[in-house]
Amino acid sequence: MQATRSIRLPRKLSACRLIHNHSILRSSDPSGRTTSFGFRTVPEESKESLVKGVFDSVASKYDLMNDASSLGVHRLWKDSFVDTLKPGRKGPLRCIDVAGGTGDIALRILDHARENYADRETTVEIVDINAQMLKEGFTRFKKTMYHNTPQVSFHEANAQELPASQFKNDSYDLYTITFGIRNCTSIPAVLSEAYRVLKPGATFACLEFSKVNNPLLSTLYDQYSFTVIPLLGTILAGDRDSYQYLVESIRKFPSQPEFAQMIRDAGFSTGGDFDGGAWTDLWGGIASIHTGVKI
Amino acid sequence: MSQARSFVALAASSRSSSHAATNRKSRSVHTIPRPKPAYPGHIPLTPFENGFLAVGSALMSLIDTRRADMVAACGETTAGSTLVKLRDIMLESPEGRRILKEMPRINSQTLDLEKLRSLPENTFGRAYVGWLDTCKVTPDSREPVHYIDDPELAYVMQRYRETHDFYHALFGFKVSALPELALKAFEFSNLGFPMTALSLGASIRLKPPQRARLWGEFVPWAARCGSHARCLLTVYWEERWGQDLDEMKKELGVWNPPAGITIP
Repeated sequence: MQATRSIRLPRKLSACRLIHNHSILRSSDPSGRTTSFGFRTVPEESKESLVKGVFDSVASKYDLMNDASSLGVHRLWKDSFVDTLKPGRKGPLRCIDVAGGTGDIALRILDHARENYADRETTVEIVDINAQMLKEGFTRFKKTMYHNTPQVSFHEANAQELPASQFKNDSYDLYTITFGIRNCTSIPAVLSEAYRVLKPGATFACLEFSKVNNPLLSTLYDQYSFTVIPLLGTILAGDRDSYQYLVESIRKFPSQPEFAQMIRDAGFSTGGDFDGGAWTDLWGGIASIHTGVKI
Repeated sequence: MSQARSFVALAASSRSSSHAATNRKSRSVHTIPRPKPAYPGHIPLTPFENGFLAVGSALMSLIDTRRADMVAACGETTAGSTLVKLRDIMLESPEGRRILKEMPRINSQTLDLEKLRSLPENTFGRAYVGWLDTCKVTPDSREPVHYIDDPELAYVMQRYRETHDFYHALFGFKVSALPELALKAFEFSNLGFPMTALSLGASIRLKPPQRARLWGEFVPWAARCGSHARCLLTVYWEERWGQDLDEMKKELGVWNPPAGITIP
Protein backbone atom coordinates (compact mmCIF):
# COMPACT_ATOMS: atom_id res chain seq x y z
CA MET A 1 0.00 0.00 0.00
CA GLN A 2 1.58 3.19 -1.09
CA ALA A 3 2.08 5.81 1.54
CA THR A 4 0.49 8.93 0.17
CA ARG A 5 2.60 11.82 1.22
CA SER A 6 0.85 15.01 2.15
CA ILE A 7 3.06 17.97 1.53
CA ARG A 8 2.99 20.84 3.91
CA LEU A 9 3.33 23.92 1.75
CA PRO A 10 5.20 26.71 3.51
CA ARG A 11 3.90 30.24 3.42
CA LYS A 12 6.86 31.43 1.43
CA LEU A 13 7.36 28.91 -1.30
CA SER A 14 10.99 29.93 -1.67
CA ALA A 15 11.78 28.63 1.81
CA CYS A 16 11.73 24.99 0.83
CA ARG A 17 10.91 23.10 -2.31
CA LEU A 18 8.21 20.50 -2.80
CA ILE A 19 8.81 17.18 -4.47
CA HIS A 20 10.46 18.73 -7.47
CA ASN A 21 10.64 17.02 -10.78
CA HIS A 22 14.03 17.78 -12.29
CA SER A 23 12.56 17.79 -15.75
CA ILE A 24 10.41 20.85 -14.99
CA LEU A 25 13.39 23.09 -15.42
CA ARG A 26 15.45 20.98 -17.76
CA SER A 27 18.03 22.83 -19.75
CA SER A 28 16.86 23.73 -23.21
CA ASP A 29 18.01 21.31 -25.82
CA PRO A 30 17.26 23.02 -29.12
CA SER A 31 15.40 20.52 -31.19
CA GLY A 32 14.24 22.94 -33.88
CA ARG A 33 10.69 21.82 -33.21
CA THR A 34 8.06 24.46 -32.63
CA THR A 35 4.70 24.44 -30.96
CA SER A 36 1.91 26.90 -30.40
CA PHE A 37 1.65 29.27 -27.47
CA GLY A 38 -1.79 30.67 -28.14
CA PHE A 39 -1.54 32.06 -31.66
CA ARG A 40 2.20 32.50 -31.42
CA THR A 41 4.64 29.89 -32.63
CA VAL A 42 7.43 29.24 -30.16
CA PRO A 43 10.27 26.74 -29.78
CA GLU A 44 8.98 23.64 -28.06
CA GLU A 45 11.43 24.06 -25.19
CA SER A 46 10.08 27.44 -24.24
CA LYS A 47 6.41 26.61 -24.05
CA GLU A 48 6.70 25.16 -20.57
CA SER A 49 8.29 28.26 -19.10
CA LEU A 50 5.92 30.56 -20.96
CA VAL A 51 2.96 28.63 -19.54
CA LYS A 52 4.61 28.72 -16.13
CA GLY A 53 4.76 32.49 -16.39
CA VAL A 54 1.06 32.64 -17.23
CA PHE A 55 0.01 30.49 -14.30
CA ASP A 56 2.35 32.14 -11.82
CA SER A 57 0.66 35.35 -12.80
CA VAL A 58 -2.97 34.18 -12.75
CA ALA A 59 -2.81 31.87 -9.72
CA SER A 60 -3.99 34.30 -7.06
CA LYS A 61 -6.96 35.46 -9.10
CA TYR A 62 -7.61 32.17 -10.91
CA ASP A 63 -10.85 31.23 -9.19
CA LEU A 64 -12.19 34.78 -9.35
CA MET A 65 -11.44 35.01 -13.07
CA ASN A 66 -13.05 31.62 -13.72
CA ASP A 67 -16.22 32.81 -12.06
CA ALA A 68 -16.21 36.16 -13.79
CA SER A 69 -15.36 35.01 -17.28
CA SER A 70 -17.73 32.04 -17.29
CA LEU A 71 -20.35 33.79 -15.16
CA GLY A 72 -20.08 30.87 -12.79
CA VAL A 73 -20.82 28.25 -15.45
CA HIS A 74 -17.49 26.50 -14.97
CA ARG A 75 -18.90 25.23 -11.68
CA LEU A 76 -21.76 23.54 -13.52
CA TRP A 77 -19.34 21.92 -15.93
CA LYS A 78 -17.16 20.60 -13.14
CA ASP A 79 -20.20 19.32 -11.26
CA SER A 80 -21.35 17.51 -14.45
CA PHE A 81 -17.91 16.08 -14.95
CA VAL A 82 -17.64 14.58 -11.50
CA ASP A 83 -21.28 13.41 -11.53
CA THR A 84 -20.55 11.52 -14.74
CA LEU A 85 -17.61 9.78 -13.13
CA LYS A 86 -19.46 8.84 -9.92
CA PRO A 87 -16.33 8.32 -7.82
CA GLY A 88 -16.94 5.94 -4.94
CA ARG A 89 -19.88 4.10 -6.46
CA LYS A 90 -17.88 0.89 -6.80
CA GLY A 91 -15.73 1.32 -3.75
CA PRO A 92 -12.91 3.62 -2.75
CA LEU A 93 -10.72 4.90 -5.56
CA ARG A 94 -7.17 5.99 -5.79
CA CYS A 95 -7.37 9.09 -8.01
CA ILE A 96 -4.81 11.28 -9.63
CA ASP A 97 -5.94 14.76 -10.64
CA VAL A 98 -3.40 16.27 -12.99
CA ALA A 99 -3.05 20.00 -13.66
CA GLY A 100 -5.34 20.08 -10.65
CA GLY A 101 -3.74 23.17 -9.10
CA THR A 102 -6.45 24.96 -7.24
CA GLY A 103 -8.28 21.76 -6.29
CA ASP A 104 -11.73 22.24 -7.83
CA ILE A 105 -12.01 18.66 -9.11
CA ALA A 106 -10.27 16.96 -6.22
CA LEU A 107 -12.66 18.58 -3.80
CA ARG A 108 -15.67 17.53 -5.85
CA ILE A 109 -14.41 13.95 -6.10
CA LEU A 110 -13.93 13.67 -2.36
CA ASP A 111 -17.26 15.32 -1.59
CA HIS A 112 -19.13 13.14 -4.08
CA ALA A 113 -17.68 9.94 -2.62
CA ARG A 114 -18.40 11.10 0.91
CA GLU A 115 -21.91 12.46 0.39
CA ASN A 116 -23.25 9.75 -1.88
CA TYR A 117 -21.45 6.62 -0.71
CA ALA A 118 -20.18 7.51 2.79
CA ASP A 119 -16.75 6.88 1.33
CA ARG A 120 -13.83 8.32 3.31
CA GLU A 121 -11.22 6.07 1.82
CA THR A 122 -11.06 7.53 -1.68
CA THR A 123 -7.89 9.53 -2.13
CA VAL A 124 -6.87 12.18 -4.64
CA GLU A 125 -3.29 13.09 -5.45
CA ILE A 126 -3.28 16.56 -6.94
CA VAL A 127 -0.46 17.02 -9.40
CA ASP A 128 0.48 20.32 -10.99
CA ILE A 129 3.59 21.69 -12.64
CA ASN A 130 3.02 25.10 -11.08
CA ALA A 131 3.82 25.67 -7.44
CA GLN A 132 1.76 28.85 -7.18
CA MET A 133 -1.36 27.05 -8.31
CA LEU A 134 -0.72 24.21 -5.84
CA LYS A 135 -0.34 26.75 -3.10
CA GLU A 136 -3.77 28.16 -3.89
CA GLY A 137 -5.18 24.64 -3.83
CA PHE A 138 -3.55 23.84 -0.53
CA THR A 139 -4.98 27.01 1.00
CA ARG A 140 -8.44 26.14 -0.29
CA PHE A 141 -8.22 22.63 1.15
CA LYS A 142 -7.31 24.03 4.53
CA LYS A 143 -10.89 25.27 4.70
CA THR A 144 -12.21 21.73 4.25
CA MET A 145 -12.32 18.56 6.32
CA TYR A 146 -9.75 16.86 4.09
CA HIS A 147 -6.80 18.99 5.18
CA ASN A 148 -4.19 16.93 7.00
CA THR A 149 -5.81 13.67 6.03
CA PRO A 150 -4.51 11.04 3.62
CA GLN A 151 -7.41 11.79 1.31
CA VAL A 152 -5.66 14.69 -0.39
CA SER A 153 -2.04 15.37 -1.19
CA PHE A 154 -0.21 17.86 -3.40
CA HIS A 155 2.62 17.11 -5.79
CA GLU A 156 4.62 19.34 -8.07
CA ALA A 157 5.32 17.38 -11.23
CA ASN A 158 5.17 17.51 -15.00
CA ALA A 159 2.21 15.67 -16.55
CA GLN A 160 4.42 14.63 -19.47
CA GLU A 161 7.00 12.99 -17.24
CA LEU A 162 5.56 11.84 -13.93
CA PRO A 163 8.50 10.53 -11.89
CA ALA A 164 8.21 6.76 -12.08
CA SER A 165 9.45 6.20 -8.56
CA GLN A 166 6.53 8.11 -7.14
CA PHE A 167 3.86 7.58 -9.78
CA LYS A 168 4.19 3.88 -10.45
CA ASN A 169 2.77 1.91 -13.35
CA ASP A 170 -0.73 0.53 -13.05
CA SER A 171 -1.53 2.21 -9.76
CA TYR A 172 -4.53 4.55 -10.15
CA ASP A 173 -8.24 3.92 -10.55
CA LEU A 174 -9.08 7.31 -11.99
CA TYR A 175 -7.02 9.92 -13.83
CA THR A 176 -8.60 13.33 -14.33
CA ILE A 177 -7.27 16.41 -16.07
CA THR A 178 -9.44 19.52 -16.21
CA PHE A 179 -8.74 22.59 -18.33
CA GLY A 180 -5.05 21.74 -18.23
CA ILE A 181 -4.12 19.48 -21.11
CA ARG A 182 -4.24 22.24 -23.71
CA ASN A 183 -1.44 24.03 -21.86
CA CYS A 184 0.90 21.08 -22.09
CA THR A 185 3.56 21.03 -24.76
CA SER A 186 2.92 17.48 -25.93
CA ILE A 187 -0.57 16.05 -25.54
CA PRO A 188 0.52 12.54 -26.62
CA ALA A 189 3.15 12.52 -23.87
CA VAL A 190 0.52 13.39 -21.28
CA LEU A 191 -1.82 10.69 -22.58
CA SER A 192 0.95 8.15 -22.59
CA GLU A 193 1.81 8.90 -18.96
CA ALA A 194 -1.87 8.68 -18.07
CA TYR A 195 -1.99 5.25 -19.68
CA ARG A 196 1.11 4.15 -17.79
CA VAL A 197 -0.08 5.06 -14.31
CA LEU A 198 -3.65 3.83 -14.65
CA LYS A 199 -4.60 0.30 -13.67
CA PRO A 200 -6.06 -1.93 -16.36
CA GLY A 201 -9.78 -1.25 -16.53
CA ALA A 202 -9.35 2.18 -15.02
CA THR A 203 -10.73 5.44 -16.46
CA PHE A 204 -9.08 8.43 -18.08
CA ALA A 205 -11.28 11.53 -18.03
CA CYS A 206 -10.58 14.95 -19.45
CA LEU A 207 -12.69 18.10 -19.21
CA GLU A 208 -11.45 20.69 -21.66
CA PHE A 209 -12.59 23.56 -23.83
CA SER A 210 -13.43 22.28 -27.25
CA LYS A 211 -14.88 23.14 -30.65
CA VAL A 212 -18.28 24.75 -30.97
CA ASN A 213 -19.87 23.52 -34.18
CA ASN A 214 -22.97 25.69 -34.23
CA PRO A 215 -21.95 28.75 -36.32
CA LEU A 216 -24.11 31.25 -34.43
CA LEU A 217 -22.99 30.10 -31.02
CA SER A 218 -19.43 29.94 -32.28
CA THR A 219 -19.50 33.56 -33.46
CA LEU A 220 -20.95 34.79 -30.18
CA TYR A 221 -18.49 32.70 -28.22
CA ASP A 222 -15.53 34.04 -30.22
CA GLN A 223 -16.67 37.62 -29.80
CA TYR A 224 -17.07 37.10 -26.08
CA SER A 225 -13.75 35.29 -25.73
CA PHE A 226 -11.66 37.79 -27.59
CA THR A 227 -13.27 41.00 -26.42
CA VAL A 228 -14.65 40.47 -22.93
CA ILE A 229 -12.25 37.95 -21.44
CA PRO A 230 -9.00 39.88 -22.03
CA LEU A 231 -10.73 42.97 -20.64
CA LEU A 232 -11.88 41.06 -17.57
CA GLY A 233 -8.28 39.96 -17.15
CA THR A 234 -7.17 43.59 -17.38
CA ILE A 235 -9.77 44.81 -14.93
CA LEU A 236 -9.82 42.02 -12.36
CA ALA A 237 -6.26 40.78 -12.51
CA GLY A 238 -4.30 43.59 -14.16
CA ASP A 239 -3.11 41.06 -16.73
CA ARG A 240 -4.42 41.12 -20.28
CA ASP A 241 -1.74 39.00 -21.89
CA SER A 242 -2.26 35.88 -19.81
CA TYR A 243 -5.96 35.80 -20.60
CA GLN A 244 -5.30 36.53 -24.25
CA TYR A 245 -3.05 33.46 -24.23
CA LEU A 246 -5.72 31.38 -22.52
CA VAL A 247 -8.46 32.20 -25.06
CA GLU A 248 -6.05 31.67 -27.96
CA SER A 249 -4.93 28.32 -26.58
CA ILE A 250 -8.54 27.13 -26.65
CA ARG A 251 -8.68 27.75 -30.41
CA LYS A 252 -5.49 25.76 -30.97
CA PHE A 253 -6.73 22.65 -29.19
CA PRO A 254 -7.76 19.68 -31.38
CA SER A 255 -11.42 19.11 -32.16
CA GLN A 256 -13.46 16.47 -30.37
CA PRO A 257 -12.86 13.63 -32.86
CA GLU A 258 -9.18 14.52 -33.23
CA PHE A 259 -8.63 14.44 -29.50
CA ALA A 260 -10.60 11.18 -29.21
CA GLN A 261 -8.25 9.65 -31.76
CA MET A 262 -5.22 10.84 -29.79
CA ILE A 263 -6.69 9.16 -26.71
CA ARG A 264 -7.07 5.92 -28.66
CA ASP A 265 -3.54 6.27 -30.02
CA ALA A 266 -2.28 6.22 -26.44
CA GLY A 267 -3.88 2.82 -26.00
CA PHE A 268 -7.23 3.68 -24.42
CA SER A 269 -10.52 2.28 -25.55
CA THR A 270 -13.16 4.94 -26.16
CA GLY A 271 -16.77 5.18 -27.26
CA GLY A 272 -17.69 5.98 -30.85
CA ASP A 273 -16.78 9.23 -32.58
CA PHE A 274 -20.00 11.05 -31.81
CA ASP A 275 -21.36 13.27 -29.06
CA GLY A 276 -22.33 10.86 -26.29
CA GLY A 277 -19.67 8.33 -27.31
CA ALA A 278 -16.01 9.13 -26.90
CA TRP A 279 -16.96 12.61 -25.74
CA THR A 280 -19.88 14.52 -24.30
CA ASP A 281 -20.27 18.15 -25.26
CA LEU A 282 -21.29 20.69 -22.68
CA TRP A 283 -22.98 23.94 -23.73
CA GLY A 284 -22.71 23.21 -27.42
CA GLY A 285 -19.07 22.18 -27.31
CA ILE A 286 -17.69 25.13 -25.41
CA ALA A 287 -16.44 22.44 -23.04
CA SER A 288 -16.31 18.73 -23.60
CA ILE A 289 -15.73 15.63 -21.49
CA HIS A 290 -13.56 12.97 -23.12
CA THR A 291 -13.24 9.57 -21.47
CA GLY A 292 -11.27 6.44 -22.18
CA VAL A 293 -10.66 3.12 -20.48
CA LYS A 294 -7.32 1.37 -20.23
CA ILE A 295 -7.79 -2.10 -21.59
CA MET B 1 17.02 60.48 -25.84
CA SER B 2 15.91 57.39 -27.74
CA GLN B 3 12.88 57.40 -25.50
CA ALA B 4 11.77 60.77 -26.69
CA ARG B 5 10.22 59.90 -29.99
CA SER B 6 9.18 56.34 -29.18
CA PHE B 7 5.49 57.01 -29.78
CA VAL B 8 5.50 58.62 -33.17
CA ALA B 9 8.64 57.00 -34.57
CA LEU B 10 7.41 53.49 -34.02
CA ALA B 11 4.04 54.27 -35.53
CA ALA B 12 5.83 54.27 -38.85
CA SER B 13 7.52 50.92 -38.44
CA SER B 14 5.48 47.88 -39.31
CA ARG B 15 4.90 45.83 -36.22
CA SER B 16 2.44 42.96 -36.41
CA SER B 17 -0.22 42.90 -33.76
CA SER B 18 0.10 40.14 -31.24
CA HIS B 19 -3.66 39.91 -31.21
CA ALA B 20 -4.16 38.99 -34.85
CA ALA B 21 -3.93 35.38 -35.94
CA THR B 22 -0.29 34.95 -36.90
CA ASN B 23 -0.37 31.21 -37.29
CA ARG B 24 -2.08 30.44 -40.54
CA LYS B 25 -1.53 26.70 -40.50
CA SER B 26 -4.17 24.05 -40.83
CA ARG B 27 -7.40 25.48 -39.48
CA SER B 28 -8.89 28.92 -39.82
CA VAL B 29 -9.07 30.50 -36.43
CA HIS B 30 -11.94 32.73 -35.53
CA THR B 31 -10.63 35.88 -33.98
CA ILE B 32 -11.28 39.59 -33.91
CA PRO B 33 -9.17 41.26 -36.58
CA ARG B 34 -7.44 44.15 -34.86
CA PRO B 35 -5.61 47.04 -36.47
CA LYS B 36 -1.85 47.03 -35.93
CA PRO B 37 -0.59 48.80 -32.83
CA ALA B 38 0.47 52.37 -33.56
CA TYR B 39 3.14 52.47 -30.85
CA PRO B 40 4.65 50.03 -28.35
CA GLY B 41 2.03 49.03 -25.79
CA HIS B 42 -0.88 50.19 -27.94
CA ILE B 43 -3.99 48.02 -27.61
CA PRO B 44 -6.62 49.13 -30.17
CA LEU B 45 -10.13 48.72 -28.81
CA THR B 46 -13.51 48.61 -30.52
CA PRO B 47 -16.14 51.06 -29.27
CA PHE B 48 -17.85 48.31 -27.27
CA GLU B 49 -14.58 47.30 -25.62
CA ASN B 50 -13.78 50.92 -24.88
CA GLY B 51 -17.12 51.35 -23.15
CA PHE B 52 -16.77 48.08 -21.26
CA LEU B 53 -13.32 49.02 -20.04
CA ALA B 54 -14.46 52.53 -19.15
CA VAL B 55 -17.17 51.16 -16.88
CA GLY B 56 -15.07 48.31 -15.54
CA SER B 57 -12.03 50.43 -14.79
CA ALA B 58 -14.13 53.11 -13.10
CA LEU B 59 -15.73 50.50 -10.84
CA MET B 60 -12.45 48.78 -10.12
CA SER B 61 -10.73 52.08 -9.28
CA LEU B 62 -13.47 52.71 -6.76
CA ILE B 63 -13.27 49.20 -5.29
CA ASP B 64 -9.49 49.08 -5.08
CA THR B 65 -8.05 52.58 -5.04
CA ARG B 66 -4.52 51.23 -5.27
CA ARG B 67 -5.09 50.03 -8.83
CA ALA B 68 -3.25 52.83 -10.59
CA ASP B 69 -3.53 50.88 -13.85
CA MET B 70 -7.30 51.06 -13.59
CA VAL B 71 -7.27 54.81 -12.95
CA ALA B 72 -5.06 55.12 -16.02
CA ALA B 73 -7.37 52.95 -18.12
CA CYS B 74 -10.38 54.96 -16.96
CA GLY B 75 -8.66 58.18 -17.97
CA GLU B 76 -7.85 56.87 -21.42
CA THR B 77 -11.20 55.30 -22.20
CA THR B 78 -13.14 58.38 -21.11
CA ALA B 79 -10.83 61.00 -22.58
CA GLY B 80 -12.93 61.61 -25.65
CA SER B 81 -12.03 64.90 -27.27
CA THR B 82 -10.16 66.25 -24.27
CA LEU B 83 -6.80 65.21 -25.66
CA VAL B 84 -7.49 66.93 -28.96
CA LYS B 85 -8.36 70.16 -27.15
CA LEU B 86 -5.26 69.92 -24.98
CA ARG B 87 -3.01 69.19 -27.93
CA ASP B 88 -4.38 72.25 -29.69
CA ILE B 89 -3.81 74.40 -26.61
CA MET B 90 -0.24 73.12 -26.50
CA LEU B 91 0.22 74.02 -30.14
CA GLU B 92 -0.85 77.59 -29.42
CA SER B 93 1.94 78.18 -26.92
CA PRO B 94 5.65 78.29 -27.82
CA GLU B 95 6.56 76.21 -24.79
CA GLY B 96 3.81 73.69 -25.57
CA ARG B 97 4.99 73.41 -29.15
CA ARG B 98 8.49 72.62 -27.92
CA ILE B 99 7.10 69.84 -25.74
CA LEU B 100 5.19 68.30 -28.63
CA LYS B 101 8.24 68.52 -30.85
CA GLU B 102 10.74 67.04 -28.40
CA MET B 103 8.33 64.68 -26.59
CA PRO B 104 10.33 64.53 -23.36
CA ARG B 105 9.72 61.59 -21.02
CA ILE B 106 9.96 61.62 -17.24
CA ASN B 107 11.50 58.64 -15.50
CA SER B 108 14.57 57.84 -13.46
CA GLN B 109 16.70 57.60 -16.59
CA THR B 110 15.75 60.98 -18.01
CA LEU B 111 15.97 62.85 -14.71
CA ASP B 112 19.21 63.60 -12.89
CA LEU B 113 17.95 63.51 -9.32
CA GLU B 114 21.33 64.14 -7.77
CA LYS B 115 21.71 67.34 -9.74
CA LEU B 116 18.25 68.43 -8.63
CA ARG B 117 19.14 67.78 -5.00
CA SER B 118 22.02 70.20 -5.32
CA LEU B 119 19.82 73.10 -6.42
CA PRO B 120 19.10 76.04 -4.05
CA GLU B 121 16.28 75.70 -1.57
CA ASN B 122 13.23 77.44 -2.97
CA THR B 123 13.65 76.27 -6.55
CA PHE B 124 11.17 74.05 -8.37
CA GLY B 125 13.76 71.30 -8.94
CA ARG B 126 14.69 71.14 -5.27
CA ALA B 127 11.03 71.14 -4.27
CA TYR B 128 10.36 68.22 -6.63
CA VAL B 129 13.17 66.06 -5.31
CA GLY B 130 12.24 67.00 -1.74
CA TRP B 131 8.69 65.86 -2.44
CA LEU B 132 9.89 62.56 -3.97
CA ASP B 133 12.03 61.89 -0.92
CA THR B 134 9.39 62.89 1.65
CA CYS B 135 6.60 60.89 0.08
CA LYS B 136 8.90 58.01 -0.92
CA VAL B 137 7.81 58.04 -4.54
CA THR B 138 9.86 57.37 -7.65
CA PRO B 139 9.41 58.95 -11.05
CA ASP B 140 9.02 55.47 -12.52
CA SER B 141 5.60 54.55 -11.26
CA ARG B 142 3.52 55.60 -14.25
CA GLU B 143 1.56 53.09 -16.33
CA PRO B 144 2.23 53.45 -20.08
CA VAL B 145 -0.62 54.53 -22.33
CA HIS B 146 -2.45 51.67 -24.07
CA TYR B 147 -5.86 52.73 -25.30
CA ILE B 148 -5.35 56.00 -27.19
CA ASP B 149 -5.14 55.35 -30.92
CA ASP B 150 -3.37 58.45 -32.19
CA PRO B 151 0.34 58.39 -31.22
CA GLU B 152 0.57 62.14 -30.66
CA LEU B 153 -2.52 62.17 -28.44
CA ALA B 154 -1.12 59.13 -26.67
CA TYR B 155 1.96 61.20 -25.93
CA VAL B 156 -0.17 64.04 -24.55
CA MET B 157 -1.85 61.54 -22.20
CA GLN B 158 1.50 60.08 -21.20
CA ARG B 159 2.83 63.61 -20.56
CA TYR B 160 -0.18 64.36 -18.35
CA ARG B 161 0.42 61.19 -16.36
CA GLU B 162 4.11 61.85 -15.96
CA THR B 163 3.72 65.51 -15.04
CA HIS B 164 1.08 64.75 -12.41
CA ASP B 165 3.89 64.41 -9.89
CA PHE B 166 5.10 67.90 -10.77
CA TYR B 167 1.70 69.25 -9.80
CA HIS B 168 2.14 67.45 -6.48
CA ALA B 169 5.53 69.11 -6.06
CA LEU B 170 4.31 72.52 -7.13
CA PHE B 171 1.75 72.66 -4.34
CA GLY B 172 3.47 70.23 -2.01
CA PHE B 173 0.50 67.85 -1.98
CA LYS B 174 0.95 64.65 0.00
CA VAL B 175 0.02 61.32 -1.59
CA SER B 176 -2.90 60.23 0.56
CA ALA B 177 -6.53 60.16 -0.53
CA LEU B 178 -7.65 63.69 0.35
CA PRO B 179 -4.78 65.58 -1.33
CA GLU B 180 -5.02 63.30 -4.37
CA LEU B 181 -8.68 64.11 -4.78
CA ALA B 182 -8.04 67.81 -4.29
CA LEU B 183 -5.44 67.59 -7.02
CA LYS B 184 -7.85 65.69 -9.28
CA ALA B 185 -10.37 68.49 -8.80
CA PHE B 186 -7.68 70.99 -9.79
CA GLU B 187 -6.81 68.90 -12.85
CA PHE B 188 -10.42 68.78 -13.93
CA SER B 189 -10.65 72.51 -13.69
CA ASN B 190 -7.34 73.09 -15.46
CA LEU B 191 -7.21 70.27 -18.02
CA GLY B 192 -10.73 68.91 -18.34
CA PHE B 193 -10.30 65.11 -18.30
CA PRO B 194 -13.64 63.47 -17.53
CA MET B 195 -11.88 60.86 -15.41
CA THR B 196 -10.69 63.57 -13.00
CA ALA B 197 -14.28 64.59 -12.38
CA LEU B 198 -15.35 60.94 -12.08
CA SER B 199 -12.62 60.32 -9.55
CA LEU B 200 -14.30 62.74 -7.18
CA GLY B 201 -16.89 59.98 -6.85
CA ALA B 202 -14.27 58.18 -4.79
CA SER B 203 -14.87 60.79 -2.12
CA ILE B 204 -17.62 58.51 -0.81
CA ARG B 205 -14.80 56.42 0.58
CA LEU B 206 -13.41 59.27 2.65
CA LYS B 207 -14.35 59.72 6.28
CA PRO B 208 -17.12 62.34 6.68
CA PRO B 209 -14.89 65.10 8.11
CA GLN B 210 -12.40 64.65 5.29
CA ARG B 211 -15.18 64.60 2.73
CA ALA B 212 -16.58 67.81 4.15
CA ARG B 213 -13.18 69.48 3.89
CA LEU B 214 -12.73 68.24 0.34
CA TRP B 215 -15.99 69.67 -0.92
CA GLY B 216 -16.03 72.67 1.38
CA GLU B 217 -12.46 73.92 1.05
CA PHE B 218 -10.43 72.16 -1.55
CA VAL B 219 -12.85 71.81 -4.45
CA PRO B 220 -13.67 75.57 -4.41
CA TRP B 221 -9.95 76.31 -4.34
CA ALA B 222 -9.37 73.88 -7.20
CA ALA B 223 -12.17 75.32 -9.30
CA ARG B 224 -10.92 78.89 -8.94
CA CYS B 225 -7.22 78.18 -9.14
CA GLY B 226 -7.43 75.65 -11.95
CA SER B 227 -9.52 77.83 -14.22
CA HIS B 228 -7.44 80.91 -13.49
CA ALA B 229 -4.13 79.21 -14.16
CA ARG B 230 -2.60 78.65 -17.54
CA CYS B 231 -2.97 75.11 -18.93
CA LEU B 232 -0.25 73.22 -17.09
CA LEU B 233 0.40 70.89 -20.00
CA THR B 234 2.00 73.85 -21.77
CA VAL B 235 4.65 74.06 -19.07
CA TYR B 236 8.04 72.64 -20.02
CA TRP B 237 8.94 71.69 -16.45
CA GLU B 238 12.33 70.29 -17.39
CA GLU B 239 13.47 73.75 -18.50
CA ARG B 240 12.49 75.27 -15.18
CA TRP B 241 14.34 73.30 -12.52
CA GLY B 242 16.19 76.38 -11.28
CA GLN B 243 13.18 78.70 -11.28
CA ASP B 244 12.12 80.17 -7.93
CA LEU B 245 8.97 78.44 -6.73
CA ASP B 246 7.01 81.56 -5.77
CA GLU B 247 7.90 83.29 -8.99
CA MET B 248 6.79 80.20 -10.89
CA LYS B 249 3.44 80.13 -9.14
CA LYS B 250 2.87 83.76 -9.99
CA GLU B 251 3.81 83.18 -13.61
CA LEU B 252 1.52 80.18 -13.96
CA GLY B 253 -1.33 81.90 -12.15
CA VAL B 254 -1.67 79.46 -9.26
CA TRP B 255 -1.71 79.92 -5.53
CA ASN B 256 -1.45 77.56 -2.56
CA PRO B 257 -4.41 75.50 -1.43
CA PRO B 258 -5.85 75.78 2.08
CA ALA B 259 -3.67 74.21 4.72
CA GLY B 260 -3.71 70.59 5.85
CA ILE B 261 -2.78 68.48 2.83
CA THR B 262 0.65 69.70 1.91
CA ILE B 263 4.04 68.58 3.11
CA PRO B 264 5.65 70.93 5.61
